[in-house]
Amino acid sequence: MGEFLNFQVIADNFVYFMIGRFPHGPLGGLGLTIYLAVVSCILSFFGGLILGILSIVKNPVIRYPVVLFINTVRGMPLLMVIFWMYFLMPALMGKTVPESRTVIAGLTLFTSAYMSQIVRAGIEGIPKGQTEAGISTGLKHWQVMLYIVLPQGLRNMIPSFVNQFVSLIKDTSLAFIVGVSELTHVATQINNRTMAYPTEIFIFIAFVYFVLCYAFTSLSRWLERRLAWRKAI
Amino acid sequence: MLSYQFDWSVVTSGKYFEWLVSGIKVTLQLSAVSIVLAFLVGLLIAVMRMSHVKPVRWFAHAYLEFFRNTPLLVQIFFWYFGSYKILPQAVNDWLNATNFEFAAAVIALTIYTSAFIAEDIRSGVLSIPKEQMEAARSAGFSYLRSMQYIILPQAVRITVPPLVNQFLNLAKNSSLAMSIGVMEITYQARQVESYTFKGFEAFTAATLVYLVISVAITALVHLYNTRVLNLQRAA
Repeated sequence: MGEFLNFQVIADNFVYFMIGRFPHGPLGGLGLTIYLAVVSCILSFFGGLILGILSIVKNPVIRYPVVLFINTVRGMPLLMVIFWMYFLMPALMGKTVPESRTVIAGLTLFTSAYMSQIVRAGIEGIPKGQTEAGISTGLKHWQVMLYIVLPQGLRNMIPSFVNQFVSLIKDTSLAFIVGVSELTHVATQINNRTMAYPTEIFIFIAFVYFVLCYAFTSLSRWLERRLAWRKAI
Repeated sequence: MLSYQFDWSVVTSGKYFEWLVSGIKVTLQLSAVSIVLAFLVGLLIAVMRMSHVKPVRWFAHAYLEFFRNTPLLVQIFFWYFGSYKILPQAVNDWLNATNFEFAAAVIALTIYTSAFIAEDIRSGVLSIPKEQMEAARSAGFSYLRSMQYIILPQAVRITVPPLVNQFLNLAKNSSLAMSIGVMEITYQARQVESYTFKGFEAFTAATLVYLVISVAITALVHLYNTRVLNLQRAA
């Protein structure tokens, strides 16, 4: 106990916490955290959509490898996925890859596997009669999926997508491990420089993450109630 | 990539193999200790969350929301670097005398996972019809005894599959302990990579360890779902 918490260190470095060296240097801090989360979220939305649809196609030659891939990724820690990307991407692309790209690739791959489960559940939640009705009006299978099943399914998936986005925001902290200067990395930098205020610094960034994540968690709950109400009519 | 020479002997024998094995041991130890503690703390928080005493309920709610909505890595750093200022001196002395990296990782994993476990237990309890509680209370059980003898035994049965998933998450999340120097499997894989440049082999070995843990736990849940839950339905 004894020592008094002194949050002056936060005030002194506030801008650095929020945006890093920007605009005189690369974006960092909270700004980079949000950037990583948003870009990975958009990419893994499409990744999850593709994997989710492929994991329920009839053709076993497509389905089995996709399901195996999804389950393998889901069985690995995110940290492991990021390490794989870290040294596979340069080897496959034949050139060095910026660390932030590595992290986005790792986050996208990992989150796509989880999103695919949401997509699958969403599609399977639509009554089979809808598909049959679509087919009998002369639509092709992909048309039924694109115009009938997905538009209804996606709406039910929205709360789960938002929850996944919250996980993504938290997961961006792992970018620290490969040296991307997002919020957690900035915090350890400032901690190493100032030495005496680790408690204050980590309480502060925990609070920042909390505010951001809690806002989206609340949004997800609100959407869930709203969509459930609409469905009842 | 094409010029890469595979050398699996690096990870199947000798010094580096021993490193990986010791890493597996630490991963399993860390996970096992944290799982037990996280379950106990999670159970306590779940009961507090449903308490009729408002401050107790609010505390549990705040605990849940805060620890679920903050990254585990930040929590690990907080306990490792920053906890000494808010903990009593006696606790600090005790922590410093033990393996502090390991202890900090256990504390962070326990608290983080307990928040998720508490929510799973709560939804299990809420799925038990409230007449059960009313019947128990009118039979003369106190609130706590009704929980202990009537509600929780039923709720735990429903909650087992999501709980086991949380245990699996915990085992995977224990990889983050490498960031504060706990020598678990991910840490050791990285060590092997930096000593031998055989990253592909080292990470394959570590990945396989996690996959074996995942497959084993998933199989257990499947067995439970088919055997125990079906048996229950038949009875």
